[in-house]
Amino acid sequence: MPNTLYDKIWNDHLVDQQTDGTALLFVDRHLVHEVTSPQAFEGLRNSNRKVRHPKLTLAVADHNVPTTDRSKGISDKESKIQVDTLEANCKEFGIKLFGMGDKRQGIVHIIGPEQGFTQPGTVIVCGDSHTATHGAFGSLAFGIGTSEVEHVLATQTLVQKKAKNFRINVEGKLPLGVTSKDVILQIIGKIGTAGGTGCVIEYAGDLIRSLSVEQRMTICNMTIEGGARAGLIAPDEKIFKYLEGKPMSPKGKNWENALEYWKNLKSDDGAKFDKEVNLKAEEILPMITWGTSPQDVITIDGKIPNPQNEKNEDKKNSLERALNYMGLKPNMAAKDIKIDKVFIGSCTNGRIEDLREAAKILKDKKIASHVHAMVVPGSGLVKEQAEQEGLDKIFVNSGFEWREPGCSMCLAMNADKLKPEERCASTSNRNFEGRQGRGGRTHLVSPGMAAAAAISGSLDDVRKYQN
Amino acid sequence: MQKFSTLKSIPAYLPIVNIDTDMIIPKQFLKTIKRTGLGKNLFFEMRYDDKGKEINDFVLNKTPFNKSKILIAGKNFGCGSSREHAPWALLDFGITCVISSSFADIFHNNCFKNGILPIILNDDIIKELSEYANRKEEIFVDLNEEKVIYGNNEVRFKVDPFKKKCLLEGLDDIALSLNKFKKIESFEKDLKSQKPWIFND
Repeated sequence: MPNTLYDKIWNDHLVDQQTDGTALLFVDRHLVHEVTSPQAFEGLRNSNRKVRHPKLTLAVADHNVPTTDRSKGISDKESKIQVDTLEANCKEFGIKLFGMGDKRQGIVHIIGPEQGFTQPGTVIVCGDSHTATHGAFGSLAFGIGTSEVEHVLATQTLVQKKAKNFRINVEGKLPLGVTSKDVILQIIGKIGTAGGTGCVIEYAGDLIRSLSVEQRMTICNMTIEGGARAGLIAPDEKIFKYLEGKPMSPKGKNWENALEYWKNLKSDDGAKFDKEVNLKAEEILPMITWGTSPQDVITIDGKIPNPQNEKNEDKKNSLERALNYMGLKPNMAAKDIKIDKVFIGSCTNGRIEDLREAAKILKDKKIASHVHAMVVPGSGLVKEQAEQEGLDKIFVNSGFEWREPGCSMCLAMNADKLKPEERCASTSNRNFEGRQGRGGRTHLVSPGMAAAAAISGSLDDVRKYQN
Repeated sequence: MQKFSTLKSIPAYLPIVNIDTDMIIPKQFLKTIKRTGLGKNLFFEMRYDDKGKEINDFVLNKTPFNKSKILIAGKNFGCGSSREHAPWALLDFGITCVISSSFADIFHNNCFKNGILPIILNDDIIKELSEYANRKEEIFVDLNEEKVIYGNNEVRFKVDPFKKKCLLEGLDDIALSLNKFKKIESFEKDLKSQKPWIFND
């Protein structure tokens, strides 16, 4: 019987299958960060259990770390305790950790691929919903809760039930100025935030294949915003080339054997998908979110929806609630939305290609005087690379702040946050109420669109600044 | 883990769709290294004003809903971040059953690890049940029988048999999985010979 890529990875990791459909799945790679792990390590200690495979586990502090001068350590007491606890736990259980002073430190979903820890055909988990990012490498990667983190630490396995197969095909070529961020926002707008619930999404089609490795990561990253826990893309030469020579990639004979295995990782012709959606790349435009859910998308040429046109009472109420929170009026043009802040970074758009895309727009330009803007590179290595290319100077000369790596204002657990009613064009992944700070208003956009908004002082069309 | 078998309570009704885990427990409370003590911060931004004072007309601030053990809410409950702090906060507040027409996957899983029963029912039934919240009448949940009893009516719900067993018996699923150590060891042995690169050997 023909199998999907998801079926193949699933079958390859089955340790035990119960008759009721519950399965025990082997986990090849476990990423750990400071926020969702302390209670898991405590659980291990309380039950006198060990970490089964410390070498298959990699830890980093990212959510809480300051993005300004780090020489004085972390001033927030609770954040410091959490980061120190991670360090102590890694030492006690023998887990490799990239500490705050390590240039390999960064957002967990950026350092995994960078180090070659992320590999095709593996099962990768992390106590973080954006683990879906790693699916860009043809791995089955998904977020788990803290109890499950403890389960993986103790057993290197996870209790799972098989999800449905959902394929999203994107064919054609993207118009100038349109990026993979716009593609995924368009997809979420189309399927809704619960559209992928209970499914694993495979992204396919010639547009997906034409994307770079990093652009694919942006798409897989926001799979969770469409309700699916995992999104994946069949690995190809671009992926193999990206991984070759990375510090934790297979070497020598292992590399050759791995490559041979990886090349067969794709859905068979005729494999059955429970659900399929098709999109034409030519029809995708630069997108923004206007509301408080990632499904609230419109194009930059669009207008804010009017609740009066909504017949369903629940939907009408939810539109009104979102408009009220966002401080927007029905039928207002997207380009008339004035912004206060710009945030470029996060596991969605904090990689070198994202920074290049924004810098290209900002070169020799100044941001609007009322805008406060910052770039938070996704890792120390991204930061270093950007500085070698002189991107930091382009950002700083245009008026942006150039920060240290971390999750930063994507979730505002550290000092970087919006004040009530402040409005932000953000390259992150969630525009939930209060996500970037209590009362803060988030518009999700691509890095180029964030740069355009910074220059114009309002949400704007990146195509205006393309040469 | 605390067992779950039956539950009787006046339900609290929160008629909002897509309630995300940031709403359930905002990030400033994720800095804890404990599982307990989060109940006072449940739905923090809807529950307290800028000065930290309780907002009177928020449902969980009102009697008798401040003692509700059952929460009824709009579809796609628990979407967003994987934070288990969300079920920990519900549990610490005293809510051990959430009823919605759909749940986000990770939140749904996390509930079962903490003795919380998430029940999926269709929108019509949820409307009926919400009337019990409005009238401040109790409803009854029976996990073993997989039904909710309200007034003279009852409705069946479905729950995964393995998860049901774990909830009813309060089982630690790590211990259950460790009982399969022979299967895990044999899997690892095969893996080492077939895909040695996984172990970086």
